[in-house]
Order: sequence, then C-alpha cells, then structure tokens
Amino acid sequence: MSRFIQRARRGYEDVAVTVPITIPCQRYSIDTAHWWIGRALQALSNEAGIAHTELDGLSVSSFTLAPDTAVGLTQHLGITPRWLDHIPMGGASGVVALRRAARAVQAGDADVIACVAGDTNHVDSFRRLLSSFSRFAQDASYPYGFGGPNASFALLTDYYMREYGATAEDFGKICVAQRSNALRFPHAVMKKPLTLEQYCTARPIADPLRLFDCVMPVAGAEAFLVMSEDNARALNLKYARVAGTIERHNAYPDDPIQMRGGWAMDIDELWQQSGHSPDAMHLLQTYDDYPVICMMQFEDLGFCEKGTAAKFIAERDLTIDGDLPHNTSGGQLSAGQAGAAGGYLGLVEALRQITGQALGNQVPNATRGLVSGFGMINYDRGLCSAAAVLEAA
Amino acid sequence: MIEALQPPPKKDPQARTRNALLPPRDRSRATMKMAASAARGTLELQTCSACQALVYPPRDACPKCLGADLPFKPVTNRGQLIAESTVQTTTDTYFRERTPWRMGTVLLDGPQPIPLTVHLHDEVGEAPCAVRLRAFLDKTANVVLMAMPPETSRLTEDDPQLRELTATPKHRRVVVSDARTPVGRAVVQAVIDAGATMVFAGNATPWLPFEGEAELAAHDKVHLIPMDITDDNSVRVQAGEIGAKCDILINTADHVREGGVLSRQGLVTSHDEFEVNVFGLQRLAQYFGPIMIGRGADGINSAAAFVDILSVYAFCNWRQYGAHSASAAARHSLLQCLRGELNQGGVRVMGVFTGPVEHDWYQPLPPPKLAPAAVAKAVVTALNEGIEESWVGDIARDVREKWQDSPKALERELTL
Repeated sequence: MSRFIQRARRGYEDVAVTVPITIPCQRYSIDTAHWWIGRALQALSNEAGIAHTELDGLSVSSFTLAPDTAVGLTQHLGITPRWLDHIPMGGASGVVALRRAARAVQAGDADVIACVAGDTNHVDSFRRLLSSFSRFAQDASYPYGFGGPNASFALLTDYYMREYGATAEDFGKICVAQRSNALRFPHAVMKKPLTLEQYCTARPIADPLRLFDCVMPVAGAEAFLVMSEDNARALNLKYARVAGTIERHNAYPDDPIQMRGGWAMDIDELWQQSGHSPDAMHLLQTYDDYPVICMMQFEDLGFCEKGTAAKFIAERDLTIDGDLPHNTSGGQLSAGQAGAAGGYLGLVEALRQITGQALGNQVPNATRGLVSGFGMINYDRGLCSAAAVLEAA
Repeated sequence: MIEALQPPPKKDPQARTRNALLPPRDRSRATMKMAASAARGTLELQTCSACQALVYPPRDACPKCLGADLPFKPVTNRGQLIAESTVQTTTDTYFRERTPWRMGTVLLDGPQPIPLTVHLHDEVGEAPCAVRLRAFLDKTANVVLMAMPPETSRLTEDDPQLRELTATPKHRRVVVSDARTPVGRAVVQAVIDAGATMVFAGNATPWLPFEGEAELAAHDKVHLIPMDITDDNSVRVQAGEIGAKCDILINTADHVREGGVLSRQGLVTSHDEFEVNVFGLQRLAQYFGPIMIGRGADGINSAAAFVDILSVYAFCNWRQYGAHSASAAARHSLLQCLRGELNQGGVRVMGVFTGPVEHDWYQPLPPPKLAPAAVAKAVVTALNEGIEESWVGDIARDVREKWQDSPKALERELTL
C-alpha cells in the first residue's frame, strides 16, 4: 500500500480519559457557543477539583463560534494553555480530540487537557449553518432542493436499501431501541416512547427518510479531560484507558456512492492495537445522525459482514438491557444533536458507562466499549471517520 | 408521470402575489466558470489537462495529480441514476414553496463514472435507470444539472422543476416591442406556435400601415399596442396598461444604418440608432422590469424572461456598420447589467445574437443573410431551453468562434 516504512503504532499507555461532562441541551438557546463551552469548562473544573486556569491544554470543536476559534476562547475564558487545538470534524470530533490530546499528554506537551465541544442553536442558526457549510455543498448539493444532510443521507439510504435489501423496519429498530434508552437518560430531548409503527408512519422528510430518522438540532456542550494516570489518581478521578484508536479522512474517494466509511480501511489495526475483538465490547456507541450510518458502522467496525447489518440487528437487542447495548444515552436521534457536541456524545456516554457513572441507565458490568465517529458531508459523502476502544482502568 | 400543465386560472385580484424568492446563490468561482457552458445549453465538466481526469464538483486542483490546469470540456450527456430522493421539507425559503422536490445521484457514463447530484425530471423512472443530463441556469443564473428522461415526450416541458429552469412561452403572455419588422412579425408567430396565450405586439407608428398588419390585427391572440420605445411616455403608458401581463418581453427593435464614424456626417443617424437600440432598451427595462421582478414567482404564467435580439457585432466592431456596432456593444453591456438587476426576481435576461438579417436595411449585403423565421426560432429555443446567450446563423457563429479564438485578429478582419 505504501512504499514508506511503516512503524508500529505506539499504545496509549499512561493516558487517562476522565470527567465526562454533559451540559443538558436545549432545543433553542439565546446563548452563544462561548456560553455553552464556558458551562462545560466550569463543570470540568468543578468535577475535577482544579481551577480552569490550571488547564494547560485545550481542544475545541464548534460550528457556531464564528468569528472566533479556539484562540479567541482562551482569552474569552481566561485560560493560558501551552497546547491548543481546534477540530472542525463534526461527528468525528470527539474521538479525534481524544487521539490528539492523548499523544500530547504522553509526550509531555501538556499535562491536563480539556476537550470540549459546544454549539448553540438559535432559531435560525441551522439554516444559516447549512448555507455556508462547505464549498462543494454550496456548489453542487444544496442547490438541488436544499435538503441539507437529510437529502444526502436519503440518497445513501435509498441506495443501501436497494443494494442490500434493508427495509424501513430494519432502520426503525435502531431508532426505537435508542428511544427506549433515551427515556432513561435524564438529558435527552425526546421524552416520549416511540413505536415501530409511529416510526414507519411519521412525516416524510426526504424520501425514504422520515421524521424519526433525523436528528433534532439543539444547543448543548459535552466535554472530558485527558491527563496522565498519575494525575488522575492524584485527583482521585475515575478514568478510562485508551486501548486503541483509528482515524481516516476521504476514504475510498473513487467509490461511486458511500457504502463504507473510513473505518473499513483501518479496522484491523484498531482491533489489533486494542487486543480485542467486536465480541468483547460491552457497549457500542456509533455515530447516529441517520440510522443508515449506524448500519454501515456495524459492518465496517467488524460486527458483521458488509450488507448484513439488518440481519445482525434483527438478531440482537440494542437497548441498555440487551445483548448489545448501543447508543445508551439515546444517541443523537433521541438525545439531540448539539452541533459538534453531537460528535462527543457517544464518547462522553461511553466514558460514563465504563467508569460506572452512568446517569440512571448503567449497563451492568460494562468495562469496555467501542466509540465511533463520523462527520462532515462535504459533497456527497461523510469524509471523517474515527473510532476508539475505551477500557476501565 | 407528469400531468399536462393546465392554463393558469384568472388571477384573483385579492390574492397576494408570491414574492419571487431565489434558491441559494453563493458559488465558487470555479463553478461560475461552468455557468459559461450552461449559458449556451451545453454540459461541460473540468478535465485535467495533465492526467485527463474528470473533476466534479469544480475544483482549483486536480484530485488525481494536483494539476492546476482544469479547463471545462464537453462530456457525454448520458448517465445512470443510482439513488434518488424527494425532498419533502427544507429550511430554504425558495425550495420550501416548491416541495416535493425530486433529486438524485447520477453516475456519468464512460470510463470515469463520477457521481453528480442532480435535479430529477418527473419522467425519469425509478433508480436505477438511464438518464440524459442537461446543464441549466437556475433562478440565480448559476449552473445546475438536471437528469432528463432519455426520450422526451409531449409533456416533458411541463415538468414543474424543469419549468423553474426555463422560460417557456407555453401558457405565458408575451410583449414584442416592435412588430412592424419582419423579425418582429416572425417572433409573434413563433411564440404563439410555442404556446403563448397572448402577444402584445408593439407598433410605434400606428398611423402608418405595414406589411402583415392585417393578419396581426385579425389574430385572436395578438393585440396590437401603440408603443414607441423612443418615447418615454408611450412606454410608461403601455407598461401601466399591460405591464402586469408581461411574462416575457422580447425586444425586436433595431435601428440599422450603414456607416461608421468618418463615413457619416454629423450625429443625427447615430442619435437615432442609440435612441432605439440603447435608450429604447433602457426604457423598456425601466418601465416593465420592476413589474416583472415583482411577478417572478407568480404561478404558471410568472414573469420569466427579457429577451433582446441584437447584432453579433456587439462583440467586435464591423466598420461597414461601425456606428450600429457601437450601439450593439452598448446594448450588450446594458444587458449584462440588467441580467443582475432582473435576477432579483429570478427573471432571465437572454441575448440572441444575429448576423445581418434579410431585410431592407441590409439590402446591399451579399448572402448568407438570416431569415426572420430563423431568428424567431432561436428566440423560442432560448426560452424553451433556458439558454442565456445564443448565436443565430452562420455569420453570428463565425464571429463568435473567431472572437473566442482571438478578439484582436477578428478586429483586424472586420475593421481593416
């Protein structure tokens, strides 16, 4: 594949991921992304028992921070970090932030890094965000009905259904299970039970997608800290270790339509590095802006063969009490998509579960989980993919 | 299957006229370049000159070899629809009023099956199936692609999504600024044949009879109107009378006299030329334009296009008709300005460039000269297919090609 010497990837020894923070989301907020990120940092600081001025690393993801970046936030929030990152990768932001921060801590470039994602949602901000999302979207996808990501994923779903025979009911099973999980998660926006029939007869959004295939844009923030295990122990914090990670962008550029994500390129390496297999995962947090992409993750992450995700999930119970607890806080489909914080949702929830700090919906004896991220429909497909295996310390 | 488009009902005078909202306008400069071919009704995509890779969406570097020379070149118009969706809801105000909106993914036929997101014509079957691709200009004058059925039917032009991309005369009312000339009369007939419901035919000097007047007067779809585009008041009065029924305005007026700068004495003839060709165009635009902008989304017979028929020597002066060429150049420049102005209402500005036409004032010239019916046909084609600029006849196309090849060489040929 490559003519360069490939060095074995190093493990993430002595890295602790800790202090999972979720600021309860709101459908609409009059506050700014700065405000939401400020709330998350304050919560991190309170939970960890350290002053925010003691943070020497900061990683930020947000779509609604303009005209600011992570740079402006340092002054706005009064932090003087020696390591600063801004990750514009949408749904892959959480895992990618973790990867970057873990290496910085390992290398000694920073000791305590706050990874935070936050976005506001003003009454008209979703439309305006879409209007300026990417150059290719402006040039070549939004002028065609302006369906936004709904239309892009409708096309992928349409093709997937045709190619692999998946049905609306198959997708519905994912959404219904997640809603059941969300009912036990105090911060979820969706509070009402969802039946498969309600799913299948909901208002059409972009055929074949219906209302409950689509996430609800909300305002919110999610965060966690990355530090050395010594520091985590000294602060008396519950933490998880990173067993393995992967990341890939613009995978398979010549595929005519996206039926696999970048995970498929790197998945062997993830399981090799982590020393585990899919069967050993106590829980799975996939990126779920639409159920078709969950199906692709089941396949590309090695839980089942390409095209067989419908059969795979038919044979499993994806709820918290089931044999494959999946998106245990309800995922974005039921907990809401707080912009880039949606890309942190699964990671922060997995961290809570694995460290025994779940908010009312603990998966019994969960000590190991897989988190996957996916982001940025630039033109016709999502470009960023990432995954991480977390283990209890 | 689409249903035949029904003529619009009589307008309810109490109903509010819909605002002419526009689809998203912002495009990269590379995509604006693609509009150049779409303006002519052809499909061109970037082709890397270093590695021949087809590139879409338009880029500033080739993703295969990073080459920076990415000229737009004609490509096959055949493709396969592999996925489709019908957008039922959107946050965009323009599409919100027009949902459900059918769109899809088409793979271009041939060795490089690149994926294209496209508008989907209602006559295209369910995916997967073969389609014909067309580049159009949307209501913001930006390029969009549409997948059309491989074979057209009698009803193809009635597709509501396609109708957003054209200015077809069917069910529309047309104002022809000057019906006294052979070109004017041919245009009146051609738009009626193309389905226009009514034509207001301008006659600047009603007290002077002209050839074909009796036929026009007798036609049940033609209303002769006294309108002199060199007279401010006359145009204002007519715009007040029929402006709200002007769905398509076609400016057929052209004052042609031989002569350049030194071959004429004084400025009287040049004044006359500019009065008709330049200021006449401005008067029509100033009085009819604002009403058309307001009616840019007024249902099936919304205001759709402002068409100007002008000399191809707008691009390069032809010494024998040098002063007339200057007026054509001014006219062309005004059309560019007007295009942006009328675009506020989604109204298209189209230029139909001609060589010398078979009429009295070109009498000394040798053939080939254009038949008025050929000009009229080009006007209807431009309207039906949404073509922003067209060149009619051998001379116009010849001048166009030479101008594209080398404007300075053409200048030598036409003026020395």
